[in-house]
Amino acid sequence: MSNRRDVWITGIGLVSSLGEGPEAHWQALSSGARPVIDESGFAPYVVHPLAPISFDAQIPKKGDQRQMEPWQRIGTYAAGLALDSAGIKGNKDILSTTDMVVAAGGGERDQAVDGAILTDIEKQPNPEVFLNEQLQSNLRPTLFLAQLSNLLAGNISIVHGVTGSSRTFMGEESSGTDAVRIGWSRIAAGTSEIALVGGAYNAERRDMLLLFALKRLAMHAPWAPVLAEPKGVPTGSAGAFLVLESPEHATARGAKPIAKLSGVWSERARRNEPGAVEAVLGELLKTAGATDAEATALFSAASGAPEPTQAEAAVLARSGLPVRSVTDRVGHGLEAQMPVALALAALCVAEGKLFPPLDGETLEKPFDGPLSRAIVTAVGHWRGEGVALVERAD
Amino acid sequence: MASYTDKAGRPIVVVTGMGLVTSLGQGKQDNWAKLTSGTSGIHRITRFPIDAMRTTIAGTVDYLPKSKSTAPDLSEELATLAAEEAIAESGIGGKGTFPGPLFCAVPPIELEWPQRRILAQEAAPNAPVSYDDLLRAAEAHGHDAWHERFLYGSIADHLADRFGTKGQPISLSTACASGNTSIQLGVEAIRRGDCDAALSIATDGSVTAEALIRFSLLSALSTNNDVPEAASRPFAKNRDGFIIAEGAGALVLESLEHALARGAKILGVVEGVGEMADSFHRTRSSPDAKPVIGCMRNALADAGVDPDAIDYINAHGTSTPENDRMEFTGMSAVFGERLAGIPISSNKSMIGHTLTAAGAIEAVVSLMTIANGRIPPTINYEIPDPAIPLDVVPNVARDAKVTRVMSNSFGFGGQNVCLILTGEPA
Repeated sequence: MSNRRDVWITGIGLVSSLGEGPEAHWQALSSGARPVIDESGFAPYVVHPLAPISFDAQIPKKGDQRQMEPWQRIGTYAAGLALDSAGIKGNKDILSTTDMVVAAGGGERDQAVDGAILTDIEKQPNPEVFLNEQLQSNLRPTLFLAQLSNLLAGNISIVHGVTGSSRTFMGEESSGTDAVRIGWSRIAAGTSEIALVGGAYNAERRDMLLLFALKRLAMHAPWAPVLAEPKGVPTGSAGAFLVLESPEHATARGAKPIAKLSGVWSERARRNEPGAVEAVLGELLKTAGATDAEATALFSAASGAPEPTQAEAAVLARSGLPVRSVTDRVGHGLEAQMPVALALAALCVAEGKLFPPLDGETLEKPFDGPLSRAIVTAVGHWRGEGVALVERAD
Repeated sequence: MASYTDKAGRPIVVVTGMGLVTSLGQGKQDNWAKLTSGTSGIHRITRFPIDAMRTTIAGTVDYLPKSKSTAPDLSEELATLAAEEAIAESGIGGKGTFPGPLFCAVPPIELEWPQRRILAQEAAPNAPVSYDDLLRAAEAHGHDAWHERFLYGSIADHLADRFGTKGQPISLSTACASGNTSIQLGVEAIRRGDCDAALSIATDGSVTAEALIRFSLLSALSTNNDVPEAASRPFAKNRDGFIIAEGAGALVLESLEHALARGAKILGVVEGVGEMADSFHRTRSSPDAKPVIGCMRNALADAGVDPDAIDYINAHGTSTPENDRMEFTGMSAVFGERLAGIPISSNKSMIGHTLTAAGAIEAVVSLMTIANGRIPPTINYEIPDPAIPLDVVPNVARDAKVTRVMSNSFGFGGQNVCLILTGEPA
């Protein structure tokens, strides 16, 4: 691994409940604003709703917007922001060689159609035939495309013209970590010059809450900070994309780094073994250089699911480093959570300082010193541990 | 002593184990016998009622214990069987331990109708059923196992446990190009020096009533229902859509050095992989075929060979009017006048379109084609399409020396991935 190149972050696109773009996020975080939560719209659950967004700004064709479910619109919008931020929006030469790795789940179901079918199906002499008939006549033909995991990437290709390559990873939180890891690995190894990596999540949907509810893992109101009181996942609508680039490629086009992505690591603890998550995360943090680190903060992308979050909090506490919970600020965006946390980490490293602690999140301590490194920890609500290291580029 | 690196100085990536499951049968030998005898695995659907369906045929795998279970259950079983065959052939690792990562292409996964119906019945509202009712029932009635089962990551996670692969497995989808992407990620990881071996699996056991209806609503499926085995007609004039099908393919990838050091038998080489996304449309390919042409050329360039070096093409060949025409246009541009002399066949004429799994299944069949010197035919080629004149190895298998194969996969969302496969290290 000796011939690894540096990897720069040259573009950030971020939308969440706090707004859009790095400035809005920095302003909200540095002013110590309370998180934006909705405790009634999806009662009894807590969700962080997406801030009002004018999608036209990045997805000008209404026809394109109509072809997408909200999660795809959020992602396509955030991807456009990232390309703008990197200064390559509309640059066909570069976009045609830009490698894309997207972390995605699936799209929203037509809940009205599902509800109508479920209301009547058990009264039918032949329920399965009834189901066929109802689906055949009531499903929108294009809905399928708005549900397919790889169609977020497909929409980014169509709307923004990113066509170098296109890969979609699935698998909840770990897919976000691995999407960034593979994009990073290819640039570090010299087989890619520029990549668009990230993901998007729409929390404002009951069918996604249903998946968590099956194991009683969705956070019930009232909201609570996840590291201090991990009582469930407070899902949050968000999209985040990063433009990763080799220093050679960036320099040649006169682009400056926002920060350096110095490494991404993923692992899989065997969660039925006691202490496995703590051990795996501890090792990953050691690899990322969290030991005896100066001017370094930990950004936690913890899910809020009780057991893994308790384990993560224990490791964070032992590190002795300043900690900030990304999930407390913007909620948990599942596949998108690592990209979201990386975007915020890169933002703070670029600013050179950390935002203030949140009341009630007892692990968070004031930190006024200069910040030159940020380590993101991402422990999946069910599986997968990941860590990423962001450093100042100068 | 052969070099361990290719023309570009990268580790040569070889295949040392392969596994297959399709509607034709379980295991490579059974599949090969049927593929070379021109047997179709397409049949009338019995898994669910076909009343009200415009398409009533498929290449479902109906002979396994999980064939009547959920899509992730069946997909996992298919993947397990394919991987067991591949790992046993390779002889790599030890019981429950595989010395490298897992790249696993999986179909779309979500809670299914039987589970939704149970939740609705448990909720038993005195009003129309809503998702709020399902949410209440989900929290109250202890269906914990469904949570894990319907996560996207659970198939690969269970496979990682079973086979002992290293690190966090990657679950992926590039739609109908997914199988090739699962191989591509393994090849790249070995070339980077991240690992010496990788397990690439692509699986799809997702033929449910709703999946069939969704593709049907997009007008993608054949409605040649009368004679199921004659419905998949790649490159024929009377083709009218693809036949949805199930299966899995698995490949053990290794660096040549690692394979030789442990005395493994080399089954083939993944010489090159090419990729290029299409920004034209969500389901249709760019009419000028430029992305497909670029993808094929990228694969050739990655392998470091000229188009002249390809002597057989394992086509994507879905049997949809548009794909087969576009694939012809792309191949014409890349291979020029030589195209007429290159045998091209579509395994999908017999297996149907296994969607997520297709690329891996066809990579396995491509390497068996090289090893056996025998090209599986494109069956149901009764009416040639004069607009796309090709040697599709019509209807009957052909003996031929094949040294280098291009295997194409294209998918919704502008996904294109091509592989260049050879039998022996150059």
